[in-house]
Amino acid sequence: MDTADAIMTSDEKIEIESIKGRSLLGDAWQRLKKEKKAVLCLGIVLFYALIALLSWWGVIAADWGKEVGASYSPPSSEHWLGTDIFGRSVLQKVIHGTQIAMSVGLISSAIAIPIGVFFGAVAGYFGGWIDELVVWFYTTFSSVPQIMLLMSIAFILGKGITTVYIALGLTSWVGLARLIRGEVMKHKDRDYVQAAGSLGAGHGRKLFKHILPNVSHIVIIFTSLQFQVAIKSEVILSYLGLGVSGQPSWGTMIDDAKLELARDVWWQLAGATIAMFVVVLAFNILGDSLRDALDPKLKGKD
Amino acid sequence: MSSTWNYIFRRVLYLIPVLLGVCFLIFFLFNVVAGDPTGILLGKHATASQMAELREQLGLNKPLIAQYFDVVKSAFTFDFGRSWATKQQISQMIAQGAIPSLSVTLPGFFLATVVSILLATIVAYFRGKGIDLFIRILTIAMMSISSLVYIMVFQWLFAFELGWFEISGFEYSFPEVMPYITLPIIIWIVLSLGPDTRFYRTLILDEMYQDYVRTARAKGVSEKKILLKHVLRNAMIPIITYTVVQLPFLLLGSILLESFFSIPGLGNMVINALNASDFPVLKAITVLSAVAYIVFTLVQDILYTVVDPRVKLK
Repeated sequence: MDTADAIMTSDEKIEIESIKGRSLLGDAWQRLKKEKKAVLCLGIVLFYALIALLSWWGVIAADWGKEVGASYSPPSSEHWLGTDIFGRSVLQKVIHGTQIAMSVGLISSAIAIPIGVFFGAVAGYFGGWIDELVVWFYTTFSSVPQIMLLMSIAFILGKGITTVYIALGLTSWVGLARLIRGEVMKHKDRDYVQAAGSLGAGHGRKLFKHILPNVSHIVIIFTSLQFQVAIKSEVILSYLGLGVSGQPSWGTMIDDAKLELARDVWWQLAGATIAMFVVVLAFNILGDSLRDALDPKLKGKD
Repeated sequence: MSSTWNYIFRRVLYLIPVLLGVCFLIFFLFNVVAGDPTGILLGKHATASQMAELREQLGLNKPLIAQYFDVVKSAFTFDFGRSWATKQQISQMIAQGAIPSLSVTLPGFFLATVVSILLATIVAYFRGKGIDLFIRILTIAMMSISSLVYIMVFQWLFAFELGWFEISGFEYSFPEVMPYITLPIIIWIVLSLGPDTRFYRTLILDEMYQDYVRTARAKGVSEKKILLKHVLRNAMIPIITYTVVQLPFLLLGSILLESFFSIPGLGNMVINALNASDFPVLKAITVLSAVAYIVFTLVQDILYTVVDPRVKLK
């Protein structure tokens, strides 16, 4: 056991290998892979995504609207999660709800990310009056309590799933813009950016080709957390009567339960809550692990 | 000292553009995007002349710039006009709603803060050990359940099934009000515990990695003493400034709790206004909560620079 190689732990070996040249994301993936719980959570998320896709293509739960049994029949071997007031299968509704939940996370992220990255990058890179203007703009946005802004936008656009996407997307980009701005500010004067500049790279090239790939980890962490925020917010919007209509979502199912509990009908609430709990927990833990893996400075600080 | 005053002065001045921006956002949403509300207010069978008359009455015929100035004016005078639904003075409605809202949120906020700081301190002391892991998993699991589910299940179990508390209602006198607000307060605490404990733990651990802690440890000060005498005292600065920004949200109350327990606070007012398309009330509460948020953020910033001279003034 006297050679250096034998003394090194496997961790250190991986560390050295990573120095030999791997991208930021490849490096992070190696670190993430070592954490069993993160891999498990990623698996859960992918499983939900698969269910959502199958439901979207109409392979499963396509007839969630069909009457399959008596009204409010409790869970049985035939209907694992029982039936709702119209005798529809709760399991099928939960599956269709998965599709809604995942799409809410995905599309609200797809709206928030370009806005947040654009404003954050421009403000951080150019500084000066552009920075002042952008900071004023997002301070304005974040000064209205998020729940009031969310409700106002949803109310004005009117009930429906498109409204849920837009309202959640428009109310969640400020945090991302703030983080990107800070990170771009740190990077813009680093040697590699100056080197690119002296080789003739313009602002656009420096920003998009050199700086943004180095701050992309923030977007990944944001997306993981945005999914769980969006899924939880959908429930609140449904309760306020501003959510999805005409099709089942976890939010409308939980909202229905407020009248069902007094009649001892608990399976619709339980089905939606458990389905939601598992995936939101997975996104939460994944978000934390991603932060540890992608931003090692913050490790251990939660 | 003069630089501190200079900073405070500039910071106060910055309120103006932010306030104008917030008013523009609210004006843009309700007066420009929302379109003509007279159709909703009068129902399907309204004639064109009725609608025109109502528009005139509600001041929707004014040029847009005048409507914007009305919003700005309301942010400074707190005169929001009358509700379209109840015809009451909105400032009066808000004053009435504040008491029920605060009677739930103030005790809830105070107790939740004390309990979470306590938990966070314990967790930080045992960082990396079993109890730390347990509480971290517990808080993250608690945060993964919708707040609506907590409210629904707690109300059903403790008020409906067990009958320990009133299911809904409110009283304006002290001991009589307790059966109505105790359960909402408990739910508020349960809902805050997860995010607050996680946040305070981060703040306390941030301090733990500072140089002065290493120095104290090298000197031979015991871990317990370091935590209680040094770390906690320094962590109080970010903790206090964090709690200050939370205060305006207490005024707004918990919209969901108030709606489930029929507490006649501001949160309930929001729900009623949503159902009745009562634009002035929605605008008033949005403006008011934004103004409160802006002012309290200012107080937080100033506190921060006064309490902690290390903070650089920009």
